[in-house]
Amino acid sequence: MGVVNAERIKLTSTRSPWWCTVAIIALGLGLAAVIGLSAKASYNAFVDEVAKGDKPDFEPFLPTLADAVGGVSGFGVLILMILAALAVTSEYRFGIIRTTFQAVPKRDSVLITKAGLIGGFGALLTFLLTFGAYAIAKATAGSDAGAALKLSGSEAWRAIYGVPIYAFLCVVLAVAVGTLLRQSAGAIALLLLWPLLVENLFGLFGRFGENIKPFLPFMNANNFLGAPQGVDFHWGPWGSLAYFAAFVAVIFGLALFTVNRRDA
Amino acid sequence: MIEVRGLTKEFGPTKAVEDLTFTVQPGMVTGFLGPNGAGKSTTMRMILGLDRPTAGTALIDGKRYHDLKQPLRTVGALLDAKWVHPNRSAKAHLQWMAASNGIPMSRVDEVLRLVGLTEVAGKKAGGFSLGMSQRLGLAATLLGDPKVLLFDEPVNGLDPEGIVWIRKFMQRLAAEGRTVLVSSHLLSEMALTAEHLVVIGRGRLIADTTVKQFVDRSSESTVRVRSPQLDALRSALTSQGLTVREDGTSELGGALIVLEATTDVVGQIAGGQGIVLHELAAQQGSLEDAFMKLTGDDVQYHAAGIDEVMGGAL
Repeated sequence: MGVVNAERIKLTSTRSPWWCTVAIIALGLGLAAVIGLSAKASYNAFVDEVAKGDKPDFEPFLPTLADAVGGVSGFGVLILMILAALAVTSEYRFGIIRTTFQAVPKRDSVLITKAGLIGGFGALLTFLLTFGAYAIAKATAGSDAGAALKLSGSEAWRAIYGVPIYAFLCVVLAVAVGTLLRQSAGAIALLLLWPLLVENLFGLFGRFGENIKPFLPFMNANNFLGAPQGVDFHWGPWGSLAYFAAFVAVIFGLALFTVNRRDA
Repeated sequence: MIEVRGLTKEFGPTKAVEDLTFTVQPGMVTGFLGPNGAGKSTTMRMILGLDRPTAGTALIDGKRYHDLKQPLRTVGALLDAKWVHPNRSAKAHLQWMAASNGIPMSRVDEVLRLVGLTEVAGKKAGGFSLGMSQRLGLAATLLGDPKVLLFDEPVNGLDPEGIVWIRKFMQRLAAEGRTVLVSSHLLSEMALTAEHLVVIGRGRLIADTTVKQFVDRSSESTVRVRSPQLDALRSALTSQGLTVREDGTSELGGALIVLEATTDVVGQIAGGQGIVLHELAAQQGSLEDAFMKLTGDDVQYHAAGIDEVMGGAL
């Protein structure tokens, strides 16, 4: 219990977690508004052309719930990962990690608490934001362009509760990566480049790359969130979630093993 | 009480600490002395469970640090005063530490008052001067009212006022019956602060003794004695087998330098003969010289001789 309180005080007593939270909210909701507005514009253009008697050469963009929460699950979770990684690497940077391990010699409990606390916070925040993103996208798109934005069907609901699950796992991963690398720049670069760039580079490797793609962790996470990106997976969304969770568990286990062996 | 038994730490092929055994007793300040790079910090980190020893054990009141429940209530340690988040307030820094060991929050205000930081408690620790950081570090060690305290080079870089303050602070803690281990590479500082000395060089134990014994044993001690009955005194001393020479520097005249003697011995002889003394003073060779003599071979990084470097340019 003491460890949880200590980590909570640490998190709330510097500014950067607050700024990260503000950024997550702004990006999550802002992107939903952008999606809603662009959907409306596209739909209006489509209707105008039909009204003029032309046959439009494009389909109107009717965003789904998964599209609307894209700002939360995409940018929001990335910033959440930065927050989580910094919670560990800044302790290494300023030497506080030694004070932490002096106060709590059971190093496992420090990492588990950090991951649990930030993960729980991130899950709650993204869960609330998905509803906010839905409401904003729906409002800005209007009833016609927002026709596909519905809180019904298992796909739609998975977009809502899938995001917090994904956010939690990403935080655990970020705490582990921060612990393993011990420095902010490296940890953040890896955490951002891996999902945004590295996994997509496999597409360049032809058949070999295509065969690997269904085994890449973030590809699987996206599959769970309802964006399979044209990859042919060997399992369904839940299989993908289990795969991603197992990947995170392995990295976190490695971090626990390392932090106990290593000199602080 | 801290018990170090056969403590060894290897970093690859280099042995930072080698088979170190000593005990730190409660109720007095124990100086942990050695040149830079002798392994003092590494030893302290192993005592605190931060570094994993290659061999040996370090016990605090019979327990490994790792096995202490709420360790801040047993051991307070200040290894580096700059180990704080620059954007976190002094108060918040102490609050998280207190919370981690179930120490009531009221204690935070108490220790801030003890070290005189109440006024700046809400300020960011990153803006603190070294002296203030050092005080904050001290406050942190005192949070759990621990029986055992460790300080690594606490006076480094402090101004004279700060040095005296810290010295008195540590002596007070020891007087309260706590175990206090203070590391330093400055013998002169330790001679003023500590009662007992653990001296290491290149990771090995050189001496484990009282400060007085260490200084007596390792420095060439001479006694300067002034008397109106100089001739009688000279013959009394030489008849006891002591070597005596005139003190040429004395303006008052009539002073002798007695080699390799203590004031106790000289006073005893003079008293026995009923000789009046106007001055009886121990003259110790520089403490640093003594230290160098003892640890000479154990300094890890020898500086090239000045003559060598200047190549006769002087």
